Amino acid sequence: MSTAPTEDYIDASGGDWDQVVEAAQKSSAERLVVNMGPQHPSTHGVLRLILTLDGESVTEARVGIGYLHTGIEKNMEYRTWTQGSTFVTRMDYLTPLFNETAYCLAVEKLLGITDSIPERASVIRVLMMELNRMSSHFVAMATFGMELGATTIMTNGFREREMVLDIFEHITGLRMNHAYVRPGGVSQDLPASAIPKIKELLVEMPKRIKVMRKLLDENPIYLARTRNVAHLNLAGCMALGLTGPLVRASGLAWDLRKAQPYCGYEDYDFDIPVSDGGDVYARYRVRVAEIEQSLRIVQQCMDRLQAGPVMVEDAKIAWPARLAIGPDGLGNSPDHIAHIMGGSMEALIHHFKIVTEGFRVPAGQAYAAVESAKGELGCYAVSDGGPRPYRTHFRDPSFVHLQAVAAMCEGGSVADVVAAVASIDPVMGGVDR
Amino acid sequence: MSTNEHEGKPNLNSEENAPARRGEERLTSPVRGTGLFGAQTTGDTSGYGGLVVRGTAPLGSERPYTDPDDPHTAFFDDVADKIEASLGATDVGYGDAVERVVVDRGEITFHVRREALLTLARRLRDDEALRFELCIGVTGVHYPSDTGRELHAVYEFRSITHNRKIRLEVACPDADPHIPSIVSAYPTNDWHEREAWDFFGIVFDGHPALTRIQMPDDWHGHPQRKDYPLGGIPVEYRGAKIPPPDERRSYA
Repeated sequence: MSTAPTEDYIDASGGDWDQVVEAAQKSSAERLVVNMGPQHPSTHGVLRLILTLDGESVTEARVGIGYLHTGIEKNMEYRTWTQGSTFVTRMDYLTPLFNETAYCLAVEKLLGITDSIPERASVIRVLMMELNRMSSHFVAMATFGMELGATTIMTNGFREREMVLDIFEHITGLRMNHAYVRPGGVSQDLPASAIPKIKELLVEMPKRIKVMRKLLDENPIYLARTRNVAHLNLAGCMALGLTGPLVRASGLAWDLRKAQPYCGYEDYDFDIPVSDGGDVYARYRVRVAEIEQSLRIVQQCMDRLQAGPVMVEDAKIAWPARLAIGPDGLGNSPDHIAHIMGGSMEALIHHFKIVTEGFRVPAGQAYAAVESAKGELGCYAVSDGGPRPYRTHFRDPSFVHLQAVAAMCEGGSVADVVAAVASIDPVMGGVDR
Repeated sequence: MSTNEHEGKPNLNSEENAPARRGEERLTSPVRGTGLFGAQTTGDTSGYGGLVVRGTAPLGSERPYTDPDDPHTAFFDDVADKIEASLGATDVGYGDAVERVVVDRGEITFHVRREALLTLARRLRDDEALRFELCIGVTGVHYPSDTGRELHAVYEFRSITHNRKIRLEVACPDADPHIPSIVSAYPTNDWHEREAWDFFGIVFDGHPALTRIQMPDDWHGHPQRKDYPLGGIPVEYRGAKIPPPDERRSYA
């Protein structure tokens, strides 16, 4: 196999396939440039891979992104700080609660209220993030299975995720795009009926994980497709800025929850799963072990939940109403409406001011990061002292990780490209923002 | 009896005139906003239309950077010393490289001259005392009112060995938007720099292939600059017309 590019090549990036095939048959060139995506069932959304093939092996892999750029960062500059939550939840749509928490931690750092977030709000954030980690990892495994042709893994993974989404729907009113975590706390308290649902998950999920492990851990076909595929060592991970399950599968126990704890993670007892395989299989093992650790943390959250407020005391920041869950997400609070419309003029003015104008954030800049299901998710926020963000930027782990596609795929076979991309678990909503 | 030779004249340098001097500084600090309540026309009866709101002048923090009450700041003095020592081994001095240091909200920001950025980045990576293995990336911020330093590039670095995080901030003028690329030291910055070029028009000299990454290749302009409009169309809902977000009332 030669990796030196030949002058003579066939461009198969579109057009009339009959002509492409004819040109390929006529030409003696072995080099074929294939455009995989942006609409391809195994590229996790609108990801475009430009592969140069020499026979079955990939000599060059390039990644094209930007097909899902929605201008979230720019749009947020024209909305209040609270409304920002609604935008960021849509970035990486499989980890909405991590996006919201990273954003809110940055805003709280700017406001200087990090230490006054109520204990219950922090516990709920941790609880939701760990449930979210499970649902995200299940999707990672499910889509991976589907892309390799194993539909049982796909249906199992999505079934498991559904359990988590049911809980999310029960708590926030929505399965995705929750806007549940808000600067200062969370938008509303856990309903009492959520507790038995989470307890049910804690009983049921270990069995489901066991089924998943039984199906995959020693499955010879799965091993053949994942062992020693898309290998990347620790030095490569560091140079390319990889974090999360990818770096932990290359042997480094680096986890922001332990290294730079936030939301009170220092008080929870859990392990960081590590593997030194550095391949697709190691990444799977790390993910499935992380789900088990997440269950431990969720269990501890249940024990730590104490009655109390879920929003900061400061009435200049906290949303004035306790909203109810309506049939289509968040609904109104009849008590609050009665109070502002019939009871207190000052309350009405306050409500109007905080809902339309929002709160002001002292000028400055801050960076807050959380360990999302995919790696370090950072939010860099700048305030000019006004009621809207001056600039927000998100360091999405998927964006960084896709840079590793070339390092993982070049020299390998074209079938392994699918496995490599799936093991990165990119979500284009987060990559393009 | 005063021995002041400028008797009778205001001595602008003496300490008792400090408030007046601060006032002058205030007038040179960047304008953050004008007007209030969206009053732009002659119909302004509030008088707030002519209001000029100034931001704070850029200030550097003085040593010690470490605040004994804040554990997040514990390593700040140490890392500043180490950077100073590390740059001593190169032909770039600490004073030439670092314009000022800002400690705010438990984070340390080194404002770095662009000429020294690549040297400093290499030292951050290679010096055993520093060991910032991981670059979190770079992003741009556009401050149109910061004359001569309109475009800022903000880098976050993480050291896994020492469990630390620092921020570098590099400024360049709109008229000469060039900043050296650090991709040769931190390959992960490849896409980050492409994104900052795409959205802010910062040219990272030495980048292997500085092309647009999010916007289409033939796009004109750099969308996240402040002078680039958000765009948008009014939304009509049940007879009421809601203007696009950038034309709505601003309370800033």
